[in-house]
Amino acid sequence: MRRFSGLLIAMLLSALAFGTVQAQGEQPTDDEVNAVAKGLYCPVCPNTPLDVCETTACKQWRESIREKLAQGWSQGQIEQFFVSQYGDRVLATPPATGLNWLVYLLPPVGFVAGALILAGALRSWRKPSGSDPQSTAAPADPAYLERVEEELRRRGSS
Amino acid sequence: MIEGIGFAALMLTFGLALYGAGAAAYGARTDRPELIESARRAMLFSWPTISISALAIIALLLGSRYDIAYVAKVTNNAMPPYLRVTALWGGQAGSLVFWSWLLAAFASAVSMRKWDRDRDLLPWVTVVCMVTLAFFLALVVFVENPFSRLWITPEGAQLTAFFQPEGARAVIPSDGQGLNPLLRHPGMIVHPPLLYLGFVSFVIPYAFAMAALIVGRSDDGWIRVTRRWTLVAWLFLSLGLIVGGRWAYDVLGWGGYWGWDPVEIAAFMPWLTGTAFLHSVIIQEKKGMMKHWNMLLIILTYLLVLFGTFLTRSGVLSSVHAFAQSAIGPMFFAFIGLTFVISIWFLLKRWGDLRGVNQIDSILSRESLFMVNNFLFIMILAVCFLGVIFPLVSELFTGQTVTVGPEWYERITAPLFAGLLLLMGVAPLSVFGISSWRALRRQLWLPVAISLAVPAVLLITGMRSSAALLGYWLASLVGVVTLYEFWRGASARRRRHGEILPVALVRLAGRNRRRYGGYVIHLGVVLMAFGIIGIEIFQIETQGTLARGERLLLGRYEMVYEGLTRFNTSDGREISRAELSVFKDGRSVGQLFPRSDYYIVSNQPMTIPGVRSTLEEDFYVLLVGWEPIGRDGATFKVYLNPLVNFVWLGGVVFILGTLVAAWPEREQVPVRRRAAHAQAMPAGD
Repeated sequence: MRRFSGLLIAMLLSALAFGTVQAQGEQPTDDEVNAVAKGLYCPVCPNTPLDVCETTACKQWRESIREKLAQGWSQGQIEQFFVSQYGDRVLATPPATGLNWLVYLLPPVGFVAGALILAGALRSWRKPSGSDPQSTAAPADPAYLERVEEELRRRGSS
Repeated sequence: MIEGIGFAALMLTFGLALYGAGAAAYGARTDRPELIESARRAMLFSWPTISISALAIIALLLGSRYDIAYVAKVTNNAMPPYLRVTALWGGQAGSLVFWSWLLAAFASAVSMRKWDRDRDLLPWVTVVCMVTLAFFLALVVFVENPFSRLWITPEGAQLTAFFQPEGARAVIPSDGQGLNPLLRHPGMIVHPPLLYLGFVSFVIPYAFAMAALIVGRSDDGWIRVTRRWTLVAWLFLSLGLIVGGRWAYDVLGWGGYWGWDPVEIAAFMPWLTGTAFLHSVIIQEKKGMMKHWNMLLIILTYLLVLFGTFLTRSGVLSSVHAFAQSAIGPMFFAFIGLTFVISIWFLLKRWGDLRGVNQIDSILSRESLFMVNNFLFIMILAVCFLGVIFPLVSELFTGQTVTVGPEWYERITAPLFAGLLLLMGVAPLSVFGISSWRALRRQLWLPVAISLAVPAVLLITGMRSSAALLGYWLASLVGVVTLYEFWRGASARRRRHGEILPVALVRLAGRNRRRYGGYVIHLGVVLMAFGIIGIEIFQIETQGTLARGERLLLGRYEMVYEGLTRFNTSDGREISRAELSVFKDGRSVGQLFPRSDYYIVSNQPMTIPGVRSTLEEDFYVLLVGWEPIGRDGATFKVYLNPLVNFVWLGGVVFILGTLVAAWPEREQVPVRRRAAHAQAMPAGD
């Protein structure tokens, strides 16, 4: 019995040791930590992504990310963890909820509205003769060159 | 004594600005030329008087007068004299005086010009310049006085005031806090003055535009007079942005040059409207179109200059609630609002007078394409504005702050920038008036075919990013079209005058500086686009902790950590400097010494990269951590930045092009006047 207990303890210890070695082997690299940190901003360093911020607080955040990655957390879970602790401001872009929809809707809406205004202005400013530029005789290349020369001649003589 | 002289000069300038604005307005309304002349002199003398004030601040900074609150805040005993001088714009109060000093200098220059042709504009130009100057001086005189001294009350509270508070005694610290370490870099020493020069110069075209609106002139006079001012303003703003980018690359320690930070965007927004304006005034000059739009653009540019200064000076960026903590925020807000209302009111009042020809011969004409160009610039501006103010709006309405980071800006603006590149490739080949698709196609096919060779070669050599291939094609198209334009013009000169090519090129550019200067600017943009695409899409990075002798690999590079030395400097820095041997493709290419400077007094670290720089790429190494006792392990963050030097090279070409465009041309003497002059001249003269 004593021999069995000894064997069991030896097996447990070796399993523990092996486990430790495995955990160390799975320690996330700096690049893996930075890949997650790149999308986060700490509240005290606005506009500085977490992966490049050198404040003590940000270093601690990166260590926290490392621990969570080692525990098998996904990037989304880690981000959600920081959001629950510090609010939406930790995310690199606003989540598409509530008022934040404005930052995603306004640019395309503004673009379409602006394009329509521009198209309307161009259409209304077209010469009323209704001449179709497609059918207008295109200025020939030599004619253009002649104009350039004429301009140069005029300027050259002044 | 010095502070007394400085403050008196400040008050005198403030008085001159108020008097100048009032006298000019009253003189113009009552048609009293002597009052207008008196206002012009007030504007002229505002510069010498505020110069005395600025010199007084410099004297206090150089004299280590730590009893003055501003001096104690931005200097310390360890700072060399040249940095003490630059501390003039290193803090809030000093930078506001510097802004005012530049504005007074420009206003004085304006007052010295010949006013034969535009005498009616003079009083209102004076009013706008002097009101702006008075506003900035009011901020200095009433809120942020650089001459205020440090006092301590009998209760032990420390306060700042120019006059001695009752019962308080003066405090004279033995040392100051010192300039923010980040501002001690050569790039940061010149960056703020350049940006300020750009900001302030835009006041002058705005002043002329408003003067034209007020007196009801609908001609192009204000554009003709301010053409060079606008280009100079744009030159300084561009230079400020480029130097700021270089500073960020060298000092901020994140391997990039542009982070879509609100402070950067604050300077970028007036640049966007200024660029749109520079293009659209050409349509007004050539075709008499877009008069309303050009007025609106210059008003917008001026408002964005004020808004940019407000963003950086009011503290609103740290929190929407911080803006009311100092009187500066509300005062700025009120001034911007008032300026907006007054400007738009005058524009609407003159709307009918400004109705131009507004006729377009074809959709593909140069003027149509310039309108699309303006649309894209305004869209980019709208995105920037939304990105900057949305966190404030969110905080105001929901109490929740959000971050609008680079990813958002890049995703939305990338197609807009691509559209601008396409226009830069097509527009030079279109003509004013009638430009048909068939004619344009005939001009365009060869440059398109040549430029397609670039993405084709890149594709064959293994590039698979469709965004990069598209970007490189567009940039190449712009490059080919621009060079083709130079070649076409120079060839015409060669045939006509028999000049050799270099002479023909120089004379071609000299004869039409704005056009060919613009083309040189386009070439600068091409180079910058190559660099931006390179670093944005192909930048790679890694990070690792190395023991002495260990290696880290990145791309074709390998670096070996040789050791770390730590030492103190006489200017109050504790420096940790790593030594690295760098290899490329197995061959030694030298050593790098990335370091971290810790400023002891201000308790602030600064990371200075070690960079191996070639035209092809930068191998950029940051020392981000180390073992303070053993000195055996150090952590490095390493970037490989392909083609980043094209950004700086393009920046230099860009500025050269702007100089060509802004260089004064000989006044064109009309043929009739020349003939009359020739008749009047005695024979043989």
